[in-house]
Amino acid sequence: MKLFKKKNYIPIGRNIPRSNTAEKSAKPEMGVDEPIIPDGMWVKCRHCGGLVYKKEMDEFEICPKCGGHFRISAKNRIKITCDEGTFEEFDADMVSKNPIGYPDYDKLIQKMQQKTEIKEAVVTGMCKINGYKTVIAVMDSNFMMASMGSVVGEKITRAIERATQMDLPIIIFTASGGARMQEGIISLMQMAKTSAAVRKHSDKGLLYVSVMTDPTTGGVSASFANLGDIILAEPKAIIGFAGRRVIEGTINEKLPDDFQSAEFQLKHGFVDKIVNRKDIKEALSVILKFHSKKEAAFNGQGF
Amino acid sequence: MGRAFDILSKSRMVSRPSSLEFIEAIFDDFFELHGDRHFEDDLAMVGGIASINEIPVTVIGIQKGHSVKENVSRRFGSPNPEGYRKVIRLMEQAEKFKRPVIEFINTSGAYPGKGAEQRGQGEAIAKCLYVSAGLKTPVISIFIGEGGSGGAIAMAAGDRVWMLENGMYAVLSPEGFASILWRDPSRSSEAAELMKITAEDLIKNGVIEKIIPEPEEGIENNPEYTFNILKDELIKEINILRNKPIDQLLSERYARFRKFGEFEE
Repeated sequence: MKLFKKKNYIPIGRNIPRSNTAEKSAKPEMGVDEPIIPDGMWVKCRHCGGLVYKKEMDEFEICPKCGGHFRISAKNRIKITCDEGTFEEFDADMVSKNPIGYPDYDKLIQKMQQKTEIKEAVVTGMCKINGYKTVIAVMDSNFMMASMGSVVGEKITRAIERATQMDLPIIIFTASGGARMQEGIISLMQMAKTSAAVRKHSDKGLLYVSVMTDPTTGGVSASFANLGDIILAEPKAIIGFAGRRVIEGTINEKLPDDFQSAEFQLKHGFVDKIVNRKDIKEALSVILKFHSKKEAAFNGQGF
Repeated sequence: MGRAFDILSKSRMVSRPSSLEFIEAIFDDFFELHGDRHFEDDLAMVGGIASINEIPVTVIGIQKGHSVKENVSRRFGSPNPEGYRKVIRLMEQAEKFKRPVIEFINTSGAYPGKGAEQRGQGEAIAKCLYVSAGLKTPVISIFIGEGGSGGAIAMAAGDRVWMLENGMYAVLSPEGFASILWRDPSRSSEAAELMKITAEDLIKNGVIEKIIPEPEEGIENNPEYTFNILKDELIKEINILRNKPIDQLLSERYARFRKFGEFEE
């Protein structure tokens, strides 16, 4: 009988809200700073620090106390974004090899696959959003903080290439701690690979909408995430290149709480609009609609 | 001390020739250009027009200093977004005037500063990669010392990537790798060996195409040896690349990066 078997406890008190400490945002790469409570009834909001009864939360996974956005799985993101029954997945079974022979990398990957029920940190495919056909890629921060290695880079590149071939827009929900260090230099190469694919898609006059979610940092922020024709962001998402602790160590100064937030990026001109998760589907369909009327576009031959 | 760690130490030596020394020695009539036309002139990034074997080229380099004072003004070769926007400006200028672009890389990474984040370090690097991918003129990059992370690949996304014998190129510093993944910065030597950061490792997996030899007595004692070899190689390669039809050049450049990834399905 395993009924009384001790479960893994989650040290909730450790996850102090960001305003209290500069340590909070450190090392998103490790993929362990968000409490995923096994069979969990309660989750802790990283924005207000409040405990939220899971059943109180709706499909958008927004804190009922403060409106803070929880990190949402790719599967649930697709559910709330794509029209029901329209999502067709690409490359679902692609898995990474171990390019530098990092000790126990395969075990780490297997553990993540069991935890998240996906094979890698991004889910890609084709879908309709309020009737508009589009290619979509959704990164999942539950999987090794959605760090970008061979598979993430390849699946995103293929998704962009398919959109280019089919003359479709692409929407990418970004979330990442950065490059997948365990794959060495090959993970860095994914930055050039994905950016080049965006360039080809763009040169064909096609639309790319990047939706930055918490966290969008490091090599992903320095490649495809920042290359959208239109860049949306979720409220309070952490968006930036260098890690907060690294910057504080370099300049020897404590950074303000809102540093590298979505609101900070909006103020500095790197994000077009902050959109509440509940309104993202609608915002995307408005954007898709603007770009779907090809016959109404200026054709350079007079009206 | 392992071989990779030995090379890592050499790649960081303050006495190694800087980008400006490479540029002055290899090219004629270097005419430096300043500024990104948006905010300021980043001294960690130098660039301008020069000629090699009578061919006008655009040369750009990340500049480390030899003295503490120079290194402070150049942020030890860690560019701000303005540095990368200077690269973009000079690359687009080169495209307009059909000049090949030669880039010298020597950085531990893009500068992790407050202002750098406020002014979009991520966007600047991303745009560099984007512009490189479609630039209608040949681009050759050379790692002359350290090559760290996104701040390095921003300038190594062209047609050819070469490296000096004692250069290195990595996703992050071995110190960072050891402290983040193992929570133990003292294991940086072990990390350096594991990460495959040397020219010899990188030519095997196609990250670089060519290794430029250094003199046995150390490059700081006889830089002319390396300058001469590099000059000959550049003249040869520029002649090959500038005679390719632009569509072929761009599709080969795309394929060069498209191939990276180790996965199964």
